Amino acid sequence: MSLATIAGTDVNVDDEGFMTVYDEWTEDHGNVLASNIGIDLTERHWEAIRFLRDDFKAEGETPTLRRVTTTGGIPTKELFQMFPKKPAKKMAYVAGLPKPKGCV
Amino acid sequence: MTATQITPTIVPDFGDDAEQRKMVFICSKGNLDMAYPALIMANGALNEGVEVDIFFTFWGMDMINKGTWNDLQFSMLGNTAMHMPGSSKHIPQGLGGLPGMTGYATGMLKKQIADLDVPGIPEFLQMLHDMGARFWACQLSVDMMDLTKEDMFDGVEDIINVSEFIELSDGAQTVFI
Repeated sequence: MSLATIAGTDVNVDDEGFMTVYDEWTEDHGNVLASNIGIDLTERHWEAIRFLRDDFKAEGETPTLRRVTTTGGIPTKELFQMFPKKPAKKMAYVAGLPKPKGCV
Repeated sequence: MTATQITPTIVPDFGDDAEQRKMVFICSKGNLDMAYPALIMANGALNEGVEVDIFFTFWGMDMINKGTWNDLQFSMLGNTAMHMPGSSKHIPQGLGGLPGMTGYATGMLKKQIADLDVPGIPEFLQMLHDMGARFWACQLSVDMMDLTKEDMFDGVEDIINVSEFIELSDGAQTVFI
């Protein structure tokens, strides 16, 4: 575990750069993390990120892509457009959450 | 847990600049328990940004045939890995041949799969299609089973012969199930 300075604050990150403390994340961090991986956040991106944050808080784990679609209501195709190639992991990174563990 | 040092910002490598990886799954079985492995692995591969093609042949056609895809079965017969619930004791093979046992075992398996929030076959195929997978049906199987494209999942790209399949799987990691 180490600290990194993101959006002007020191936050805990893992070896890959994922934030590890739920309450350290703010939307400012989300903006910086997204720009780190070349994504400009639109309101639709934020809907997905907020769903991830709320669902993690309620369920204790990062939702899978399927769950973002079936429970969060954002179509799978759109998630692939917004967070290209690896949407589940990229969303988790931007939302300051661990990578999803579920297989489906 | 003690945070000890300030690191320069590390950004995860999501492989955006890596060479495009390709996987092909060949589905040749129509048993419920043999339908899921390819779909689950394909889902994982698509989540990892891998390009995925799925080729259906022989009994695997039942997975994309709209007349059968909701009714794939699971039989205990020939499966020596069947155990009493919550135990390592084997279920005698003969029990699997009793009337109604296939239906019972199928119902149990479907429930276990649904409990894990894994979708049924038609919904799973649609999900993979939305993720960008391409589906192909085997010409020989289509002829043998007297099917048409209209009988199949709408997401099937085309009915192709084996040489076309070999062409499209060029350079891909291939998984046969």
